[in-house]
Amino acid sequence: MITLTDYLILGALLFAIAVMGLFINRKNLVVLLMCVELMLLAVNINFVAFSRYLENRTGQIFVFFVLTVAAAESAIGLALLVVVFRHRRSINVQDLDQLKG
Amino acid sequence: MSPSAWLQETVFWFFGAVLVIAALRVITARHPVHAALFLVLCFFNTAVLWILSGAEFLGLVLILIYVGAVLVLLLFVVMMLDVEVAKLREGFVRHAPLGAVIACLLVFELAYVFWAHALGFHALGHLPRVAATHNNTRALGTTLYRHDLYPFELAGMILLVGLIAAILLTLRRRPGIRSQNPAQQVLVRARDRIRLVSLPSGRRPSS
Repeated sequence: MITLTDYLILGALLFAIAVMGLFINRKNLVVLLMCVELMLLAVNINFVAFSRYLENRTGQIFVFFVLTVAAAESAIGLALLVVVFRHRRSINVQDLDQLKG
Repeated sequence: MSPSAWLQETVFWFFGAVLVIAALRVITARHPVHAALFLVLCFFNTAVLWILSGAEFLGLVLILIYVGAVLVLLLFVVMMLDVEVAKLREGFVRHAPLGAVIACLLVFELAYVFWAHALGFHALGHLPRVAATHNNTRALGTTLYRHDLYPFELAGMILLVGLIAAILLTLRRRPGIRSQNPAQQVLVRARDRIRLVSLPSGRRPSS
């Protein structure tokens, strides 16, 4: 039988892969956004698994809201990406140093 | 092990393995378009896993809305941008060991929490069975519209704000563009455009 642990391990693996993606693709803004999407997906997998395990629907409701916020986030993120690309003709994160951070 | 449990486990591990491989390809793909397509594969596999665990509505929503709208938007943007891939992949190999170490650490920590007997978490066992007559969509709808109505409407507001923000950010008014104005085109009258001038005729100029 599939246990809760299996789902949690899968979620942990996915989250770790996404974190690794943030480290190795630190220049490409598009892939960074994709890694954030992957992280949210991993968290959602955990929510669904716990919702099933505890026989409580609240976890699934929360996934619903996480999906909503993720959709809004990616829409605004992509809009910012397009604006940045128009200004600098590049999506390299290291070109974005106007704030001298 | 009963046949249905065996089938469930096979489906789970197969789609889970494809999910992990696709996620690895997302972060290592050479071109962002390939990464976006592998991300689509990730979401499909996750939808299967959710449906397997009894969250049918969320699985379908993930495919229809998330893959159908958000990831297609991502794909469009990636395809419109003209990025030079080679420059963006500088430092890929250099940062890989650090990323791998941190990822392994993260997996180890999380797995330790799941397996640590001291935390009393080993009691985590089998998932309860879902009755065949259980209607996940109806149950979610009931909860959403009865108990979580305000958060639901707030989620709608968030989407609206996201919509307006995305449009306003990408809107640009470029001066010097000649465009048609249909309202003015419709309003135009013949007397605004043509002037009839009567010229005297029939007389030969005297030389």
